[in-house]
Amino acid sequence: MYWLTKVFRFYCDGFRSMTIGRTLWIIIIVKLVIIFVLLRIFFFRPAMSHLSPQEKQNHVADELLQPKSGLLNESSGQIHVVPIH
Amino acid sequence: MLSSVDVSLIDWSRAQFALTAMYHWLFVPLTLGLGAIIGIMETVYYVKRDDFWRRLTQFWMKLFAINFAVGVATGLILEFEFGTNWSNYSWIVGDIFGAPLAIEGIVAFFMEATFIAVMFFGWKKVSPGFHLASTWLTALGATFSAWWILVANSWMQYPVGMEFNPETVRHEMVSFVSIALSPMAIVKFLHTVSSGWMTGAVFVVGVSSWYLLRGRQQQFARASLGVGTAFGLFACFFAMFSGDMSGVTVAEKQPMKLASFEGLYDGSEHAPFTVAGPIQIPNMLTFLATHKMTAFVPGINDILNGGYELEDGTKALSAEQKMAYGREAMASFTAFREADKAGDMAAAAVAKKDLMEKMPYFGYGHIQSREELVPPVPLLFWSFRIMVGLGGLFVLLFVALLFLIIKDRLMKFPLLLKGAVACIPLVYICSQAGWICAEVGRQPWAIQDLLPVSAAVSGIQTASVQITFFLFLLLFTVLLVVEIRIMLQAIRKGPDMQ
Repeated sequence: MYWLTKVFRFYCDGFRSMTIGRTLWIIIIVKLVIIFVLLRIFFFRPAMSHLSPQEKQNHVADELLQPKSGLLNESSGQIHVVPIH
Repeated sequence: MLSSVDVSLIDWSRAQFALTAMYHWLFVPLTLGLGAIIGIMETVYYVKRDDFWRRLTQFWMKLFAINFAVGVATGLILEFEFGTNWSNYSWIVGDIFGAPLAIEGIVAFFMEATFIAVMFFGWKKVSPGFHLASTWLTALGATFSAWWILVANSWMQYPVGMEFNPETVRHEMVSFVSIALSPMAIVKFLHTVSSGWMTGAVFVVGVSSWYLLRGRQQQFARASLGVGTAFGLFACFFAMFSGDMSGVTVAEKQPMKLASFEGLYDGSEHAPFTVAGPIQIPNMLTFLATHKMTAFVPGINDILNGGYELEDGTKALSAEQKMAYGREAMASFTAFREADKAGDMAAAAVAKKDLMEKMPYFGYGHIQSREELVPPVPLLFWSFRIMVGLGGLFVLLFVALLFLIIKDRLMKFPLLLKGAVACIPLVYICSQAGWICAEVGRQPWAIQDLLPVSAAVSGIQTASVQITFFLFLLLFTVLLVVEIRIMLQAIRKGPDMQ
């Protein structure tokens, strides 16, 4: 308990005595809110989060067995995927 | 039957990942370099117990804090992108990446979070020895973090220590040691960290030179310049040594990347190194790539045509042969899935055996033409020359500065001091050029030979990737502007040496 109090005070005193550090902490907090709230929740949902592990396996296997080349078809802006069978 | 996928999805996903990684990499090298330099400065303070060195250390620590605060967590966005834009890839490598990235997270969080607090808050609270240990452990924590990230990256360049499990559709780890200590991981770590040290040294030397040119903080600037120059010279030679090791490893494991660096289409046993244009150093590429005076270095056409002798005495396969094996591997995988679904375990075992034999070429099953196997040569050729050329410039800078410091004639060469200031942006260009070499050079592969980027990407809307690309561009640019502003304010204010 003594140690915990000591560590707590160490951090408290440290934060209290900061000068430029206050600005930096504001930057860190704003950045983390943007990254974890705005970006993660609204823009970066894992693409396969709605699938079960079995469904993920099947989905990825299907994707792996559908060859996709990186060649550009000039007329359509699409790349052709030619099945191997 | 013909189906299609929007090629711009691949390009935008790649562009977004490149943008995020490159911005993240603006912050990391300075953390690595400054971390080591403030460790050295504080060690001098610990040995001399001279308050001058404590105040000097505290100033550079402040700049370290600014860079650390603005840069921290920017790498997390890369992990979001794995799950959203590269979900196929993430699933396939999940078992391999899990351990290194978890270790990185734990080491980064606990080691850096604990000791960085002691480093900033503990000057009057803990003993000088404990404070010095905390400073070095913070620097070491950042370096260990880099190690695990680079282990994951190196595995993509040279996949080892795993086995593909067709049931789970994953590469599963069979040897942690092989992955953590692969030759690619070791050289990549050494070269990347030494480039970070160079960045820190050029930064310290550049800022110190600015003070000298302004006639401010002379004693502080001279002492900082001395540490920065000596450390920078050491970092440069270490980067040259690790770069040489890296060249040999790339020549062996990723010959197409090396041939693209050199724009070498037709190989030879006495391959020259092209400096630029028609200027060549005879035999130099052979020596750099193999450490032998006579050894065949394959060019792009040789690698595509195959037929040349490999290190193990076998003949290199042509692109078409590899593509045929890749298609056979895919056919075996299909046969395995069908047999497994039907409960025919004997047929599944046969198909799995066939799949494992051809697995090293699996990714080639996605390749439709040999042209896809060649990365963008002009970009790599010039990026490599920018990296090496600027590295050479920094060696000259540090040697000249060291000579003038020893002769005490530094102030008689203001042009050199101005050059040192100008080198600050150049060291970032050098570092970014290195990443372009490493990452563009392995195209079209997400995992070398096993998974091309076209198969690694998620089937999501291109528009959503475009939106987040511009969001990141905005976010990172704001962060960069904020960092530069706060950094410049702190530099203008200068150290408190009273």
